[in-house]
Amino acid sequence: MNTTQDDQWLYTISSKSKLVDLNFKEIWRYRDLLLLFVKRDITTVYKQTVLGPLWYVIQPLMTSVIFTLVFNNLGNIQTGAAPSFLFNLAGITAWNYFKECLTGTSDTFKKNENIFGKVYFPRVIMPMSITISNLLKFIIQLGIFIGFYIYYLSIGKDISVNSNLLLFPFYLVMMALLGLGIGMIISSMTTKYRDLTVVVTFGVSLLMYMSAVPYPVAEARKKFPEIVANIVEYNPLTQIIEGFRYMLLNSGSFSWTGFIYTLIVSVVVFLVGIIIFNKTEKSFIDTV
Amino acid sequence: MLEVNKDIILKAEHISKQYRLGLVGTGTVSHDLNRWWHRVRGKEDPYLKIGSVNDRSTKADSDYVWALQDINFEVQRGEVLGIIGKNGAGKSTLLKILSRVTCPTTGEIKTKGRIASLLEVGTGFHPELTGRENIYLNGAILGMTKAEIKAKEKEIIEFSGCERYIDTPVKRYSSGMRVRLAFAVAAHLEPDILVVDEVLAVGDAEFQKKAIGKMQDISKGEGRTVLFVSHNMAAVKSLCTRAIVLEHGSTAYEGSVDDAVDFYLKKNSEKEIVSLKNRKDRSGTGDIILSQVEIMNSKNQIVDSVISGEFLRLRLSYDIKSPVNDKLILGVSFKDRNDIVLSLTVSDEMDLDINELLQRKYIYIDFEKLLLRGGHYTLTFLLSSNTTDSQNHIDRIEKAFELEVLQGDFYSIGQLNRVRPSIIMPNTIH
Repeated sequence: MNTTQDDQWLYTISSKSKLVDLNFKEIWRYRDLLLLFVKRDITTVYKQTVLGPLWYVIQPLMTSVIFTLVFNNLGNIQTGAAPSFLFNLAGITAWNYFKECLTGTSDTFKKNENIFGKVYFPRVIMPMSITISNLLKFIIQLGIFIGFYIYYLSIGKDISVNSNLLLFPFYLVMMALLGLGIGMIISSMTTKYRDLTVVVTFGVSLLMYMSAVPYPVAEARKKFPEIVANIVEYNPLTQIIEGFRYMLLNSGSFSWTGFIYTLIVSVVVFLVGIIIFNKTEKSFIDTV
Repeated sequence: MLEVNKDIILKAEHISKQYRLGLVGTGTVSHDLNRWWHRVRGKEDPYLKIGSVNDRSTKADSDYVWALQDINFEVQRGEVLGIIGKNGAGKSTLLKILSRVTCPTTGEIKTKGRIASLLEVGTGFHPELTGRENIYLNGAILGMTKAEIKAKEKEIIEFSGCERYIDTPVKRYSSGMRVRLAFAVAAHLEPDILVVDEVLAVGDAEFQKKAIGKMQDISKGEGRTVLFVSHNMAAVKSLCTRAIVLEHGSTAYEGSVDDAVDFYLKKNSEKEIVSLKNRKDRSGTGDIILSQVEIMNSKNQIVDSVISGEFLRLRLSYDIKSPVNDKLILGVSFKDRNDIVLSLTVSDEMDLDINELLQRKYIYIDFEKLLLRGGHYTLTFLLSSNTTDSQNHIDRIEKAFELEVLQGDFYSIGQLNRVRPSIIMPNTIH
């Protein structure tokens, strides 16, 4: 072996970074870690609780009941042909997935300061594992929704799915991308500016009301001042929630423009999230 | 010497790391904006130019400090490189950069192998998971694949000695068991390059022996490339072949491990040599006074501290105010922190002519093998005439010198002895 050539180096540690530095080969090498993190997240959350994974189910059910009582019974919001409870459950199931992805990833750096400060692995594994373990929660909650769906069908309610159901995977991906993207942006910014953690906690619950979760978009158009109605409608999350309910309950509205718009926003937010996350992961340990 | 067959596995070029002092908070936004504004105009980062050398004892005149400055080194395949330095010399920062936990401000490290770092054992252990589950999780965090861990699972469990509790949640473990299990996982890592922090050398004596033994297996037996960071000289000496000495963030010395350790222990020239001349807490007639005490190693170099079990030379200087013609007696005692005399050396027992020795510039007291464990000791010196009774004292100075002994490989078997001010008598147990 003679003098070394530069091209033989496996990798280089330096301050310079590419704009999008996603090393898929490396992530693939750490796939086992990803799965172990998912397993850890799922098995440890409800250890030493009596009801265990039942909590995954209780939370959306209770919320739907409250929403039905407050918004539909008390507030008299019309949900069309779909039963109010099912309408709310659909919205909450979809919203929960986005919310869990967002809040779960938004403190990635702060929460894992100890691990990140001691050992290297592709940092993006962490938010990815959160998105995947939340997907399992989502599937359980979707199962509950399907259970009630069948119940309402059996008692003769006028509900049906429509051809948009084929878009289901897209909605799922969009929710994940948006949650992950925003989560990664926030997690990166909070390493330096802690103010954002405060914003996230109440911001997320406010965002829910601006995303047409407890009401259909048509009602917003009818009753909100125009400017607020516009905000609600241009909110990509509204498009996802409304579209999600449309394909499952065949009530509400759907437009391809809105769908494409949401898809583009989701991808852009995700890419921005990755870029900022990449920039932060290299030296966050100095500022956190 | 020209070496053609160098197989360099890792190369660090001009590594520097800048940190901001004080609180990150106020002024952060304005500095960030200023940085951004400079970058937009294509100018250099305004805060990179400033920043002082990393010396924790002096007050900095700038908000930024260079924790590392222009570090260059190469590591060959199979080499065990020690990185030594005092607290705050930049060891941890270099370690963090090598482990890719943080990136250098300037410069780059190129590597041909995968680096696994052990800055801590048990990173990512989850208290709710069982020992077995944690082996997998911890192994994966350290870069092993599931298949690799599975192949070694039995070996790891055996090494940890926790068979019985392996399916019990780790939160029920004693802290010792947790460390054992964690180290067992770490010890079975097989990266191309292993970066190890000295924190590994924790735990009870039995465990420490196991850990250091395993480290020796890894570095010697298996021919792995290892970077070992420590300020424990004896551990470095027993494990490494070559070493780098860091001082105030830059490389102060690079060479063979023995030379590097000597360099590290050598007295810093800027530090004031203990001046005894002005000490007032002495007793005796004062005709002859002890003016200076220094310690030296086997190479006759003045050093800061010595290693247990190695050679120690005391070099004494005396100022003769008025000559004394009686027979002189020189005595030195070693005391521990509680003022218990551990060792007493008196010249009249050895039939020595101190009067003659005093004509020379220095008096030397050599200890071929220092029979003291690691710890701090104080040295008391006495010069008296005819007898050691207090009325005959010429100069007696209590705690004239503070001796720092570093723990060492006393029995030359590659194992460090305990730190505890006391004497070790040479012995055989059979």
